[in-house]
Amino acid sequence: MPLQSPSPRNKMEARELTLRYGSKVAIRTISLAIPEHQVTALIGPSGCGKSTFLRSLNRMNDLIPGTHHTGTILLDGTSIHDRALDVVDLRRRVGMVFQKSNPFPKSIFENVAYGLRVGGLKDKAALSARVEKSLRGAALWDEVKDRLDESALGLSGGQQQRLCIARAMAVEPEVLLMDEPASALDPIATAKIEELIHELKSTYTIAIVTHNMQQAARVSDRTAFFYMGELVECGPTEQIFTNPREKRTEDYVTGKFG
Amino acid sequence: MPATHTDKAFEQDLRDLREKLLAMGAKVEALIANSVRALTERDSPLAEKVVSADREVNRLEVEIDDLCRRILALRQPAASDLRLITTALKIVTDLERIGDLAVNLAERAMDLNMVPPLAPYVDIPRLADLAQQQVKKALDAFVSGDADKAEDVLKGDDLLDALFLKIFNELLAYMMEDSKNIRRATALMFIAKHLERIGDHAMNVAEMVIYMVRGKDVRHPRSRNLTAE
Repeated sequence: MPLQSPSPRNKMEARELTLRYGSKVAIRTISLAIPEHQVTALIGPSGCGKSTFLRSLNRMNDLIPGTHHTGTILLDGTSIHDRALDVVDLRRRVGMVFQKSNPFPKSIFENVAYGLRVGGLKDKAALSARVEKSLRGAALWDEVKDRLDESALGLSGGQQQRLCIARAMAVEPEVLLMDEPASALDPIATAKIEELIHELKSTYTIAIVTHNMQQAARVSDRTAFFYMGELVECGPTEQIFTNPREKRTEDYVTGKFG
Repeated sequence: MPATHTDKAFEQDLRDLREKLLAMGAKVEALIANSVRALTERDSPLAEKVVSADREVNRLEVEIDDLCRRILALRQPAASDLRLITTALKIVTDLERIGDLAVNLAERAMDLNMVPPLAPYVDIPRLADLAQQQVKKALDAFVSGDADKAEDVLKGDDLLDALFLKIFNELLAYMMEDSKNIRRATALMFIAKHLERIGDHAMNVAEMVIYMVRGKDVRHPRSRNLTAE
């Protein structure tokens, strides 16, 4: 056995988080930690609350009318609902990549530079450097370096998704939330995204929602299984896929769907 | 009653796998019984049947390996399914080895049947019964997913070892008494050793059953402590 590094600290942590859409409870008393520099996968059937939970981590649910929550979410030990905390700043620190790649109808360069410009960065050389760094980080640089001024919409699906990851990385977040980042991609593009996730975790803390259980098994250190708004089980990914503790987890990962 | 897989073809694959393993286990048990009967009843044609019946066991080993590889490649099994497949891949090797040992035993029996018996066979049939029971119990534990029964198998091995030692010492005494006994006593010693080894393979099966049921590997506790330091 390789020496185990001391257990990582929790970058984010939900404590008894309950979230309702109107009167409907979407997630119920979820307590779940997202350890720093690890990949945490959230799995479960449609409607189980995993995406709702993911979106709670950077308050994306605030944008949906009628949502209210109880419980706490901590980022580095501070509540993300703290009045002193600016939600724009929160979303800079906790970035998000969506299922459907959504590049802006702008050039490749401008897509990545957008967040930086909004953040007030004007110096051209500094912008270029950050754009290149982000595109390299997203393993896209070599494919686009000669056409940075072309429209991002001309990229392939896999390239567009990596562009979105580069865009999320440009503002140097601390946490990356990924909601089904590879569900619309072919196996090659998927493999590139998964490889990227492996590389990114030394810099970032990652939480990923995926319907593809093999993908969760491949990319994550820890896996959390959600079912009907509840967190059934969370543990080391290897344990969840070889010897889960809960019968509901066992049934789900072995493909026994009630 | 465990829930069944939503994918019925997968469910059928797993059922086929269990059935093949059971069929192989039943054949192996019969091989042990017949090889010893060939000795005690001096029935060499029966010994020859053991040799040919072992080919069935070998064929099943290949079939089960194929099926496991197919399930791994096509179904990406997880959790208890994964533990079942990895267990099947391992116990099939133990069952095949038991078949080979029964063949060796039958061949020794054919040799011994051509000469007068050294002494009435008393302890060897007892050892054979114990070995066969261990195999049967280990397979029952596999089928019913009963880890407690598998633990009984692990505890039961001491009985075989003790009886083997007793036979060993008796045969040694025969050899020291008269060098003309050495040939027959050596053949019987091999037979006893084969039966003792069959018990060890039953133990391997039982250990894998415990892993399959509980997800906990109980093998080699002492070796494990060595590497942990």
